[in-house]
Formats: sequence, structure tokens, C-alpha cells
Amino acid sequence: MEVIGKSVIRKEAWDKVSGRARYTNDFQSVGMLSAQMVISPYGHAKIAGIDTSKAWQVPGVRAILSGKRYPLTGEAIRDRPPIAVDKVRYHGEPVAVVVADTPSQAKTAADLINVKYELLPVVNSPTQAFQKGAPLVHEHLGEYKKEEDSLPVPGTNIATHIKIRKGDMEQGWAESETVVEASFSFAPSDHAAMETRCATAEIQPDGTIIIMTSSQAPFMVKRLLADYFDEDMGKIIVHTPLVGGAYGGKAAVQLEVLAYLASKELGGKPVKLFNTREEDILTSPCHIGLDATVKLGADRNGKIKAAEIRYLWDGGAYSDKAIDVTRSGTVDCTGPYNIANVWCDSYCMYTNHPYAAPFRGFSHSELSFAIERTMDLLAQKLNIDPLQLRYLNAIMPGDTTPTRVRLTKSNVGDLRKCIEKLRELIQWDEGPIKVINDRFIRVKGVSCSWKTSTIDPNAPSGAILTFNRDGSINLMSGVVEIGTGTKTILAQILAEKLKMDVDKVHVRMEVDTQTTPEHWKTVASRGTYMAGRAVLEAAEDVIRQLKEVAACVLRAPEEDLEVGGSRVFLRDDPVIGLHFKDICYGYKYPNGNTIGGQIIGRGNFVLRHLTGLDPETGEGKPGPEWTPAAYGVEIELDRRDYTYRLVKACTVLDIGRVMNQKAAEGQVMGAMSMGLAFAGRETFYFDDLGRVLNPQLRTYRPLRYGENPEYVVGFVETPQLDSPYGARGAGEHGLMGMPGALGNALSLAAGVQLNHLPLIPELIWRAKEAKHHASL
Amino acid sequence: MALQQITLHVNGEDHNLTVRSADTLLFVLREKLGLTGSKPGCLNGDCGACTVNVDGWPMKSCLMLAIEAVGKQVTTIEGLHNTPIQQAFVEEFAFQCGYCTPGFIMNCHSLIEQHPDADGQTIKEWLESNICRCTSYIEIEKAVKSVLRKD
Ligand code: FES
Ligand code: FES
Repeated sequence: MEVIGKSVIRKEAWDKVSGRARYTNDFQSVGMLSAQMVISPYGHAKIAGIDTSKAWQVPGVRAILSGKRYPLTGEAIRDRPPIAVDKVRYHGEPVAVVVADTPSQAKTAADLINVKYELLPVVNSPTQAFQKGAPLVHEHLGEYKKEEDSLPVPGTNIATHIKIRKGDMEQGWAESETVVEASFSFAPSDHAAMETRCATAEIQPDGTIIIMTSSQAPFMVKRLLADYFDEDMGKIIVHTPLVGGAYGGKAAVQLEVLAYLASKELGGKPVKLFNTREEDILTSPCHIGLDATVKLGADRNGKIKAAEIRYLWDGGAYSDKAIDVTRSGTVDCTGPYNIANVWCDSYCMYTNHPYAAPFRGFSHSELSFAIERTMDLLAQKLNIDPLQLRYLNAIMPGDTTPTRVRLTKSNVGDLRKCIEKLRELIQWDEGPIKVINDRFIRVKGVSCSWKTSTIDPNAPSGAILTFNRDGSINLMSGVVEIGTGTKTILAQILAEKLKMDVDKVHVRMEVDTQTTPEHWKTVASRGTYMAGRAVLEAAEDVIRQLKEVAACVLRAPEEDLEVGGSRVFLRDDPVIGLHFKDICYGYKYPNGNTIGGQIIGRGNFVLRHLTGLDPETGEGKPGPEWTPAAYGVEIELDRRDYTYRLVKACTVLDIGRVMNQKAAEGQVMGAMSMGLAFAGRETFYFDDLGRVLNPQLRTYRPLRYGENPEYVVGFVETPQLDSPYGARGAGEHGLMGMPGALGNALSLAAGVQLNHLPLIPELIWRAKEAKHHASL
Repeated sequence: MALQQITLHVNGEDHNLTVRSADTLLFVLREKLGLTGSKPGCLNGDCGACTVNVDGWPMKSCLMLAIEAVGKQVTTIEGLHNTPIQQAFVEEFAFQCGYCTPGFIMNCHSLIEQHPDADGQTIKEWLESNICRCTSYIEIEKAVKSVLRKD
């Protein structure tokens, strides 16, 4: 391999270090108006009246949108008014949008809008939402339009219920000598991408709708706008430049709708809506919360025989993507273990919390916390080394998943190898506990994960290649550059296939839905696999066309030709050949006659053999492959005040093939950093009115420089045979095991079971106190 | 609100501008001068994405009014060209989405100017004012250490 695996510098690197890289909010045209939302200050309240009269008096105000019934929006269930009417269901929900000439005028006017609220009882957790007689978030749940596989239960707060019924539970429990059961919970939190969400909209006189948005799903924006508002899909053009971090949070479609409505109100004038940090945290979709109960049974050797699981996902006020997240969490509900008998009830619950978007790992870091903590409880009870217990039960080729997909080496990789490598990298055999002195203790915790991607069975990805006259190639793909470097990897795939210099591949970073071939959504660590396959097909297409022309000019059969170094040449005599530049726009004979013509390569890819899930048993094939991983976290706990320091975090994942060494390490380390922050400190603090008390980066605290531990990344390479060069998804996996491993380390260090997130010193103290009082 | 005529000295050039007294330096750089390299991340001093260099020191441009920058030398990311710290960020993969990058680089650049032999503790004190949500900071640490004077 010449290019694959190398730390090729990212194509947009110099733009990003010089300030030239442009994100949605960096595009501003003369005459573009500014929109400002007015948001609900309460979790659940009736809107008793909206007075906009004072706001209208502010100079520069052009429109105020409020109190109007627009078509309902929402992906899985159409349950969300773009601007609240009748009542608000979460803190941060838009109740009005003001458009003015400048941001400060819009803000001034927005502050003058007087909304009268009458408080309603708040549903403040999914467990509360699940109780009989709980206040209803949606009274008319039965009347909404919905996707076929969304299964809301009218008269309750259940947005959907997904079941796994695998094997025979009675037999499973009968074979189990040791049983453990525990409950876990954590509140919603945030993605906190450094770029807050932004969308602009403009409607031209001929009806063309031009949107620009910081989105992972520009093609979805196009589809949904057409669907929601009955617009002509061909007249919607969505532009997405570079995106400043997304992590799943920008897969949801929200601000685009508001910007579109605002522009429409103004006869199509260009309007920009840019989230402040507070709005980005409150109003735009957040990271899902979870209440979970897990029961595992094992025989005397530690073989797990039965698993009964209940997940209550905190989907928040609207079901949008939370239903998909719930489904995804259900199909891999057991974690990466081979369990013959599985019973899982997974509910997407409505609450009066900000609603959920996907979050890096798409439900897997969340369920992993519950499963991996329970695994440690089981190991303790069985008196087996926790890593050994995981090794023993590790999912393997030939096993089946909870939805009964039969696994192969190619689609599940090698978890045991990951565990073995982890064992070495974290020196597990030294033992998990090192007492430093009376005060400090160093402890290691471990965990494992797996993940498939439950994306639409017919999700497409396409690629187009065009040439420049110097023989260099332009690569167009609908993958959004959200920071993962996927577009550089696509260039590497192309360069490797054509055996050419990667510098001669030019990648178009911006996506526009009119001229870029569709890539479903830039989510689920699927860019390299799906877009990579499309690029490979496009490369084949180009090779075929180049050879066709060259064969004629060189008077040689196509089978005798090779492509390499931007040339087509004779395999047995490479000196005889033609440079791309001489044939990519047709070959011109000395007398002017030309054959061939402009070469355009095209490729596409669609996943194969995916199905929906059986509503009663969950049986079905939800995704193409699973990436397994093993994790270790070492902490140093101060036993005096329960503060702790992150010493080391390690991830070993079966990546199939490392495509770009430094980029891959960066993805895994960055994901670990996010996972540790989620596990250790990030959460929304809600008050009784369902208000989020910490919607700022000084009270909601991602890791900062120097708070990070030492990171260790290990790769196992079991190729996924149908993926370009064998690569598996890797963008999310570093995150998924962090909550479990950190929870296990701290529980062991503190000598109490820590089953809630975030793992802050106060939580440890409370658990210690509770244990102390219980023993009195 | 009253408008004012001011002259700002940015990246080595003088600019005559009409601004509101309440306009932040960040707003004016981006909206009036088109220098969109400095990013809004919180408008509150919490994230550092808007960091520029004012008279040699890092400054969060969302916390400074444009009128306060009169008479000072302002350097934004657009004012750096092929500096060693930019080179180091590229080579060490010290960014992913790149949104925090201009702010981080301006902070690092100022650090290198003020403390060419900064130790780990000083680096931490300076850089913990910026947030990067994508990377693990290890890459940024490597980049900045590779440029600081080695002893
Ligand atoms: S935008 Fe200035 S510190 Fe965040
Ligand atoms: S590179 Fe994305 S926030 Fe730093």
C-alpha cells in the first residue's frame, strides 16, 4: 500500500490553520437579515398569550413569527410544531422568531416580546414518564402522522417500544446459578460542538429555495423541507460548507425549518439564524438520557445464559431522532457478548426535557454504561477477573446478535484479540489496584463495546470524478467534512486505486445537494465504507474509460494496459504509455482528429441485505458490520474528598484497516476525551420546572487542555471484506466504553457501586454516605 | 445606539470604521472587516474560539469592545502566514473540525512570543482557556511543544 495507512495531511489542513476555512456563519451577504428566537423559559407550560406590540416598535424589525400553526415536523413522528403553539414542552423551545436588519435589533425586539405562560406539571425523567397517571407530554399522540415502524402508545408517554425476544428465558434463568441485577440512570447532556448550529434561507422569485446549514444531513434537509411544506424537491438546494464539529447533534433538522419559514414570511429575503451557545444547548437537540435496568445470569463457569434488560430512553419533548436512537440501542442491547436468551424492552419516552439527537456512538455509550457496570457486578459475584469474564463471553463469528444476525469474522471482527491487546497495553496483569498512600489509590477499570449502524436499509452514497486538463482529478462526494477527515481518506482510497500521487486528487469540501451526489447522512462512522465503495466504483469507471482511449491510441488490447502514476501504460513495457492529461479530455491526433472526450467517473453504493425489525421479536438485520472494542481507564482517587485524576485511558478497537494512522489515532483519542467528559462531568441539571440550570460552557464543562489523561490507542486489523481495504467504522468507538470503564474504576476505588452519571466527587460521596447509613 | 467613527489597526493595516459603542471586537472583525477566522463559540469568554492577539497578548475578542481596541495592534489568524505554529498544527493533526483552531493558534502564538521557553505548567495555564471538543489535546500539546524553544 502506497497511500493507505499513511498519515496523509488533511486536504483542508492549511485552510483550517490560516482562518480561511469557512463555516456556515462565516457566509454573510449584504441584505441578509438576522433572526432571533424567543425561547420557552419553562419545561411545560400553556401559552396563554403572546404580545409582540413592543417588539414591532424596534427599528429594523421586519417580521415576527409566532402563534401560527405550521405543519408539524419530526422525522419518526410528526409531533413537533416548528414554533410552539398552545403549549411549550421543553425549556428552550422556540415560541417566536423575530427577523430584523441586524442581530442586535432582532435581539432587542425578541427581548420585548411578552409571553404569558401557565405552568403545567412537568415530566422530569423517563421513569416518571413511564408511570401510570403521569402527566402527558402529547395529549394527541394517536393523531400524528408517523413512520410505519414508529410505535407510539396513545394515552401514555411512550413514543415507541422496541422488543427483543430471543431464545428461551425460562431455560436461561434455569441454567444461571448466579444472577445480578442493577439500575442505572443519567440525565440528558449536550454535544457542545464548538460551532453552534446555524442556517440561512432564501427563496428566489422562481421558487428556488436556497439553504445553507451546518448539518450532517443536507440531503435530509432537502427531503424534509419538501415533505413538510409540500415544496418541489428539485427546487431546494442545500449547501453545507465545513462543519465545526457535529458528533451526531447536527444530524437533526431544525433551524433550517425556522430559517425557511422566516424567509417565506418575508417574500423570500435571505435570513440567517445562528444559535447562541445557550440556544444551542437548550433549543437544539441534545444528547439522550437513559434509565436502565439490567439483569444478567451466568452459570458457575461465568458463561452468561440470560439477559433481561429494560431501557427507558429520555427522548425529551419530541421524538424526532430519539426513536432511531432507541432502536439502535435495542439491537445491540447486550453489549458485545454472546447470550442465547435475551429479553429486552426498550422504550423511547417523552419527557419535558430538550429533545434528543443522535450522539456519537448512537445509544451505545449509554447502554454500554449499564451493561459494563453490570458485567463488573457479575464478575465480582462470580469472583472472576472482570476482563476474563468479558473474554469468556466475547461475541465471536458463528454467534448471533440479539436480533439474530449470524456473525462472521468479516462482520464482527475479533473482540478477543482486542481484549488481549488491551490486557498488555494497560498492564492489567499487575492487578487493578495500586495503593499509593493513605490518601491516594490508583485503580483501573475495563469495559468492552460493539456497534453496528442502524441506518436506512436503502441509504445511498455516490461519488463523481472529473478531470482537470493537467490530469489531476476532482473528487465529489456528499460526505460532509465534520472534522473526521473522511474526505481526505476518500482521496487516499482514490489515489491508492489509481496508484497516483494523492496530491493530484482535489477534494471538494462543500456539499450542495444539487450537484454533489447524495451521501445519505454523514453519520454512524459510515463515510469511509459507503462513500469509499462509491469512490472505488467511480475509479473503476475512470480506469475503464482511460484504458478504452489508450488502447486505441497505443494500439494495444485493454487487458495489456495498467494505470499508475497518472499514466496508462503497457504492463510489459511501461515506457510506452500516455499521461492522463493527454487522454482525459479526449486524445487529439496530430491532424486535429479527436477520440474519446471528457472522462467523468461515477460510482455508487448501497448497503445490502438490511431489513427492518420484527415488531414482536426484534428479528432482523439492522446493520452491515460490528466494530468491537475493549477499553481501560486508570484513575487516581483521593479518598479524603473523592476527587480524582484521570491517569490513563486506553482503547483497542478492531478497525479492520488503518487508513490514515494519525487521523485514526486522533479520532479515537478525541472520542475518548468526549466519553470521559460525558462520564465524568457532563449533564444537564434540571430543576422542578424542567429548566436546564447550566446552559453555558462555564457551567457545562467539556474537558479542557491539561485535564486529559495520557491516551493509549491500539488497533486490531481484521478486515471487513466488503469495505474499502477492509476498513471498519472508527469515528465513535473510542467514546463508547469510557463511561463503563470509568464507572468500574471508580466503583472499585471507592468501594461503592456507582450507577449514575456523571461520576462527580459528590456522587461518590453520596454513595459512600448512603452505604454508611445503610450499615448503621 | 450612538455610532462612532474609529480607526482599528488590524494585521498591519489601518481601517476606518463606523461602529456601535456596544459592538464587540469579534463582531467588527467578522462583520465589518470580513475576517471570519475568529470564531464565535460562546460570546461569553468561556471557549476561546474568538482569541486574537492584541499588543502581543491573547485576547478573547468577544470580551473586548471594538472601541477599546483603538490605538492597539490587533493580529488575527489571517495575519499569520506560514508560521511555525501553523506548520506544527498541520503536521501534528492538532485539529479536526478546525473551528477552535484559529483561537488555539492565536493563543499558542502569543504564548510563544511571551514565553519562548514555557514549561508544561505555563502551557497549561495559557491553553486551558480554550476548548477543543474534537481532539484529545495531546496533538495540540505536541504541536506547541515542538515550536517552543527546546533546552
Ligand atoms: S466566543 Fe469568545 S470566548 Fe467563546
Ligand atoms: S478541532 Fe473541532 S473543536 Fe477543536
